[in-house]
Amino acid sequence: MSLGSVPLKYRIQIDRQQCMQCMRCVDNCSYGVFREEDDGNILIDSRKCTACHRCISMCPRDAINLSERPVDYRSHPLWTPEAREDVINQSRSGRIVLAGMGNAKDYPIIYDRLVLDACQVTNPSIDPLREPMELRTYLGQKPSKLDIRKQENGDIELNTKLSPNLELQTPIMIGHMSYGAISLNAQLSLAKAAAKTGTYMGTGEGGLHKDIYPYQDNMIVQVASGRFGVDINYLERGAAIEIKIGQGAKPGIGGHLPGEKVCTDVSCTRMIPAGSDAISPAPHHDIYSIEDLAQLVRGLKEATEWKKPVFVKIAAVHNVAAVAAGIARSSADAVVIDGFRGGTGASPKVFRDNVGIPIEAAIASVDQKLNDQGIRNKVSVIASGGIRNSADIAKSIALGADAVYIGTAALISMGCRVCGNCYRGLCPWGIATQREDLVSRLDPEVESEHVANLINSWTLELSELMGAAGINSIESLRGNRSRLRGYMLDEGTLDVLQVKPVGA
Amino acid sequence: MEPVHIDARALHYTPLNQQIRKAVSEGATEIIVDNVLGQRFIADGLKGEVTIRINGVPGGDLGMFMSGPTCIVKGNCDHAPGNTMDNGKIVIHGSAGDAVAHSMRGGKVFVRDDIGYRGGIHMKEYGTGHKPILVIGDNACSFLGEYMAGGVIIVLSKSGNTFGGRGVGSGIHGGEIILRGELKERQLGVGAKITEFTEKDLEKISPYIEEFCAYFEIDPEKYLDTRYTKIVASSSRPFAGKYVWE
Ligand code: SF4
Ligand code: SF4
Repeated sequence: MSLGSVPLKYRIQIDRQQCMQCMRCVDNCSYGVFREEDDGNILIDSRKCTACHRCISMCPRDAINLSERPVDYRSHPLWTPEAREDVINQSRSGRIVLAGMGNAKDYPIIYDRLVLDACQVTNPSIDPLREPMELRTYLGQKPSKLDIRKQENGDIELNTKLSPNLELQTPIMIGHMSYGAISLNAQLSLAKAAAKTGTYMGTGEGGLHKDIYPYQDNMIVQVASGRFGVDINYLERGAAIEIKIGQGAKPGIGGHLPGEKVCTDVSCTRMIPAGSDAISPAPHHDIYSIEDLAQLVRGLKEATEWKKPVFVKIAAVHNVAAVAAGIARSSADAVVIDGFRGGTGASPKVFRDNVGIPIEAAIASVDQKLNDQGIRNKVSVIASGGIRNSADIAKSIALGADAVYIGTAALISMGCRVCGNCYRGLCPWGIATQREDLVSRLDPEVESEHVANLINSWTLELSELMGAAGINSIESLRGNRSRLRGYMLDEGTLDVLQVKPVGA
Repeated sequence: MEPVHIDARALHYTPLNQQIRKAVSEGATEIIVDNVLGQRFIADGLKGEVTIRINGVPGGDLGMFMSGPTCIVKGNCDHAPGNTMDNGKIVIHGSAGDAVAHSMRGGKVFVRDDIGYRGGIHMKEYGTGHKPILVIGDNACSFLGEYMAGGVIIVLSKSGNTFGGRGVGSGIHGGEIILRGELKERQLGVGAKITEFTEKDLEKISPYIEEFCAYFEIDPEKYLDTRYTKIVASSSRPFAGKYVWE
């Protein structure tokens, strides 16, 4: 017997009185929800809707309405509609369920149970309007001590050899989203925004397209297991190099760009055959231990004559602190920790929603471990995965991060509605697609401005938050957990975070 | 210009590479490096037309990210010579370790004797002129050509022992693995399949065999027949049927 179909997820309705039949919805919905009939009427197939909101935002008469899950099941605390529908989907297909964007489960958000400090009578707050606030951030190894000598003429000479560091005007960077996963226009918008705001963005594992070359000084080039797009020119162009070991949305598994997204341009940029699946499995096949990782870190440094910082990105998982301590000893300059809320174009749903740990706990435990072992200066710590606002950033830094990567937030500032259908290649906002008509919807000039505005406004808020806490330098906020209190957090979590409860 | 001589005795790999780079920038076309004993990353990221003769045993990742030069090794090699190499040539008068030619996407690697596990893993070709070639004189271990997406791997089994490894071409989605002699189905990895090796194939690989034989003074005639097994991808989209939408 057939399993039949599951109910619609969303219902689209048009207020026919408002509608002027301009057909913009028909043109804008890349999923084919709307169809123009011969009589000029608009037919709706709500089953195809992904809640991307493109039609709604483009409708000049606000005539379109979207409601979520219009059909009720018999309510059940364990067998939620989603659990039942996944079973039906898999019973029918026998396949792995693919999902986009970040972890969609209702785990408590630790950020929202941490509160920041502000000065009152005993020590004064700082007014960022009047006082200079130092948000400049340097990523890379710092010496454990400086050897300074005074020359005879009175000049000071620095004898310590400094490691190359990245200089950021704000501790906010844009995370790695590859060409292939996102469109060139999307990548270009992000790259322009990074240049405008004096920060950096990651190439992802998709290589560096020649249109991005003008922004190469703001790019961190990524080396993943499949070595897509990696040659010596690519390594030399990047401001820094990042080895991707893991990613928060799918810890322990690799990347996989379906062949239909590998057009000629993507093929040349990734240096892979056109039309074939781009497979980068989880393990790097020359890395089987921390020693092997050190070998790759040094291999990359040797190739670029020790002029560039090398980052290592891992997913936040159990024992992440011990892994990070190993990375700190591998000659890497920064460790990127990607929490389980990290977004992606495509991940098996079971991984996205169940594997990994929250970034807040991971950062705190990594910072603590590196401090305990006396090697915190050997490596910078970058937090990523589900950072939604400047408060999350301030809290991440207070928990021990040097800087953060934002991903989904940057996409939202370009139009993304977190519909989670990126893997289908039909993104109506021109972001997660290679279809030319959709890509051309995104104007890099306009969108780079939006992304830059977001980074600038969060940077402003960060300085206000710091000023309120009587802090005028980001360095003084870093790892300063006394500026946090936990509200409604259990003792175990507070212990890992090394944060006191409210009132203490 | 006279060949430039470098003595690598007790030299760390960074100063050794610095000397090589300096010689190349000064126009050297031939560099002879003596007393190499385990130095890693020789010619790492090096560009140019130079030939580097290495006397001794280089450590891991010889010619990593290299783009252009030729490295001729008189001795064995550690793991991953030619790792992510873009262009150039590596000729090894001996054996090499695991992951030889990892992710190589241009250029050629010739190993006179044996290689370890995962040879040719992730080798890829794209566009025109980016086609990596790996020729192994004797034998390779298991997982040869895993995730291969282009290029050619040839195993000549010159001592007469046919290839005994397993997992050949797991996840392969492009390129060809050509083994002298027979291969059993059970030695194949997921996504790999055996197809007929034809005269046309022989025509295509003959230049590589001849080049290999010329380096090691071997008579190529013995290898210019069709007694090979050819392994290719069963699909360029091996995992297309693994997923369903949310
Ligand atoms: S998929 Fe997007 S554009 Fe299409 S109907 Fe749904 S919300 Fe509107
Ligand atoms: S990038 Fe596009 S497809 Fe992906 S979640 Fe955002 S709007 Fe949806």
